Amino acid sequence: MSNKLNHSMSLATPDAQDISTKQKIALAIGLIGLFILVLALFNVNFPNKGLFLTLSLGLITIGTVVYSRDAYLTKVKGIKNDGVWFKSISSRGAWGWAVGVILTIFYIVLYFYPQYLGLGKNGEANTGLISLFDPLSNLLSGRSASQWFVYGTLYTVAIFAFGYKFILKYRHNRYEQIRTISVMFFQLAFAFLIPEFMYRMNSNLPYYDLKSVWPLNYYIFDEWSVKGFLSNGNIGLALIIFGILSVFVITPILTYKFGKRWYCSWVCGCGGLAETAGDSFRQLSSKKMSAWKLERWLIHVVLVFSIVMTVGMVYTYLDNDGTKYWLTKGVFISIVIGFLTLVFAAVLYFKGKELGKDAKYGAIGFFVIVGLLLVMHFTGTTDEIFFIKGRKLRSAYGLYIGSIFSGVIGTGFYPILGSRSWCRFGCPMAAILGFQQRLFSKFRITTNGGQCISCGNCSNSCEMGIDVRAYAQKGENIVRSSCVGCGVCSAVCPRGVLKLENDSLEGRINPTEILLGNDVDLMNLVNKK
Amino acid sequence: MEHIVIIGNGISGISLARHVRKNSDKKITVISAETDYFFSRTALMYVYMGHMKFEHTQPYENWFWKKNRIDLLKGFVTKVDHENKTLLLNNSKSFSYDKLVIATGSKPNKFGWPGQDLKGVQGLYSKQDLDDLEANAPNNKVCKRAVIVGGGLIGIEMAEMLRSRNIPVTFLVREDSFWNGVLPSGESKMINEHILEHHIDLRLSTNLDKILADENGKARAVVIKETGEEIACDVVGLTAGVSPNIDFLKDSGIELSRGVKVNRFLETNIKDIYAIGDCAEQHEAIGSRRPIEAVWYTGRMMGETLAQTICGNPTEYKPGHWFNSAKFLDIEYQTYGWVFAGGPARKEYEEHFHWRHPKEKICVTIAFNKDTKEFLGINTFGIRMRHEVFDRWLTEKQDVDYVINNLEKANFDPEFYKHFEKDILSAYKNNLQTA
Repeated sequence: MSNKLNHSMSLATPDAQDISTKQKIALAIGLIGLFILVLALFNVNFPNKGLFLTLSLGLITIGTVVYSRDAYLTKVKGIKNDGVWFKSISSRGAWGWAVGVILTIFYIVLYFYPQYLGLGKNGEANTGLISLFDPLSNLLSGRSASQWFVYGTLYTVAIFAFGYKFILKYRHNRYEQIRTISVMFFQLAFAFLIPEFMYRMNSNLPYYDLKSVWPLNYYIFDEWSVKGFLSNGNIGLALIIFGILSVFVITPILTYKFGKRWYCSWVCGCGGLAETAGDSFRQLSSKKMSAWKLERWLIHVVLVFSIVMTVGMVYTYLDNDGTKYWLTKGVFISIVIGFLTLVFAAVLYFKGKELGKDAKYGAIGFFVIVGLLLVMHFTGTTDEIFFIKGRKLRSAYGLYIGSIFSGVIGTGFYPILGSRSWCRFGCPMAAILGFQQRLFSKFRITTNGGQCISCGNCSNSCEMGIDVRAYAQKGENIVRSSCVGCGVCSAVCPRGVLKLENDSLEGRINPTEILLGNDVDLMNLVNKK
Repeated sequence: MEHIVIIGNGISGISLARHVRKNSDKKITVISAETDYFFSRTALMYVYMGHMKFEHTQPYENWFWKKNRIDLLKGFVTKVDHENKTLLLNNSKSFSYDKLVIATGSKPNKFGWPGQDLKGVQGLYSKQDLDDLEANAPNNKVCKRAVIVGGGLIGIEMAEMLRSRNIPVTFLVREDSFWNGVLPSGESKMINEHILEHHIDLRLSTNLDKILADENGKARAVVIKETGEEIACDVVGLTAGVSPNIDFLKDSGIELSRGVKVNRFLETNIKDIYAIGDCAEQHEAIGSRRPIEAVWYTGRMMGETLAQTICGNPTEYKPGHWFNSAKFLDIEYQTYGWVFAGGPARKEYEEHFHWRHPKEKICVTIAFNKDTKEFLGINTFGIRMRHEVFDRWLTEKQDVDYVINNLEKANFDPEFYKHFEKDILSAYKNNLQTA
């Protein structure tokens, strides 16, 4: 049997891998901070909310910082994965399931029952947990907190506290450190502070996290959002143009140069949380071939859904009459189909051979989308598409994809499915970036000749479930649409086999059968076949 | 259909099976007594340390074998009868083959130390050894101290494993500095320092005299030869190298020395019987390589090569330029070409340039021919190098100046890492002026 699989079921001492006294104290400090939040949740009315909020978030942060310093700074720098598969919390033990259940409940309440968090209905004052965050919200944007503000604050605190932990864990690795500082910055500035300040400057502008690109922020082209932007003059117009440029210009260029990692593990908030708070769970992602197959179907189905849904939403608020505004329903559908056809034809022309069987699946996806759009155009009315209310389609997407998939499963199931199940199976943005990365990017993970010993540390630590070893042991570079470029496979490799790099497109994909180091004639013979 | 039988499901046997399948439709059977499925031996340490579970050390999913029609058979081959082309399995069952490949790997060396077979005394090679260690040293309450005998790659890995569970470790090294039969002195010294940094009780120039038993026949202490000192311990790790695991072939008629004797086609003296991997011994060493190479990648290469021969394309085993890598606790080590520490292998023309970082545990040793300036090889610690670049430079017989001036082209460290090529170059220039 595999070693140490019989986890202790005791919650008090989950494992013999004891933590130090200092770490216990740190844990206690952090738990006191959490406990304040729990008290607030159960409507304990704190006298000075600002003070207690500071105290709570401060204690959580201090606890994590002290714990991390004791865990990593007391040891020689290097890879720190000892006992990861023994600890109950990081190996789907009792603690792992407990945390998973708590997180899942939190997300369900957050998305569907915010009143239990204390959200004031119909303009009433907040109570409970949300009211604890009122002082901070007032300070930043001059309005009371919402459940999203609470969530955003906790999210940012988590990325900072665990980001600090991650930086210490990888203090020998500058790629990991700089990348982590980057996600901390983008979370704090772009996702948390700037939207609040924007509200302060102009309270009519819709919430806009500038780094969140369609289709990740699937609501940006909704009627209320577009109208919100357009009714705010130049700044609003600039923002919506920026939104369109992000998708069609900025994103492809950056992905071409750096791979999708520029976004997924350097900028994105979902990625940021996965890389910091989720780091302890990265090894839980499934590396099975069957999981990969599921991934490819699921993520592309979500992509198709999000494209059709967005086009449908825009479609419903456009006019049929070209005299009022040039962009009519017909023109819009033609542009969309024309663009998709252009992309599809270009890919087939340039990369059809390389894609082989996958081209067939791509074609199916393309014709499904075009077919759906045509059906929509010829059956749709001003508010109905596919014979149902456009709003309903939109809210179904928001519910199943935006809330349940990305939040409840994506984060709530961290301790069960690993830290990136949303990014891997669901995120339509990751699908688009992955498509670009696979086909037109300078990025790859280079395999170092014949040095691989098939140990499996790389695959084990891949949060996206890529079987990195399967490539490395064949001497083949890793070019996978799902790779977010976190760099941990390269870090944990004991033989220096893997390197993330941007280089020329030529020789980027290098299928080999005989690795470097064996007789040259044999290599030629077998590889040329 | 020709039946290829492979004894041993390690990297060489499995590489062979995979490549035979790629190139033919032959029936393939792989026999192993160790595990049901192929796993990466080098990764066993990570299972004990909790970085991975055992199933993660298996590079292929379990369905792979059936899909590729590679039959796996669990059993121990006790006898080979080449006249009837049959094997005896577990002393009972007879099993026939058309071509037989011996890929049985190694076993830990034991040098006749008194007490070497006691309970709690073990090597670290097989899955069974890992299970034993889990039983003998689950934590620092059951195992209050472990003594490791033998200062090589497995010894330091075993020390790292035990330290991951906070078990005190005494590390007995026969040489006066860690692995200095292979590593030049500057590097060897740096590793000594690093071992101490990990709170391992390193004893250099120290030999094991004997292992003492308690009343239950379990190891309770070791005695040091030089001083007679007795060190109480619960586990003794024997890591003084490995040798071919070929006892079952003793009276088979197959020519044996330390290993199974093979020619460059990996054929033994008996037709249709081959040997590959750790257990194969070349009649004559290839280049500066040893006749027996117990290295992961050579096992793989022999498997790849023999598959060609078996599938009708007779191919000599021709390993290219020497390379290897390892990790000493937190320090990664890579080598390309030959850098000899000393001894008969180091020719009088081999000169070394050594650079070490003033603070970090990073160093480089470059070997070159002092007469012709030809670059011979490089050892790096804490800097990753590109295999492909050094392989090319060695083929091109570049001179040492070229290599040092172009070192950056070979760097394989992750992005944003500090580079030291300039420091190395200036140290090299200074060195030339003072020399």
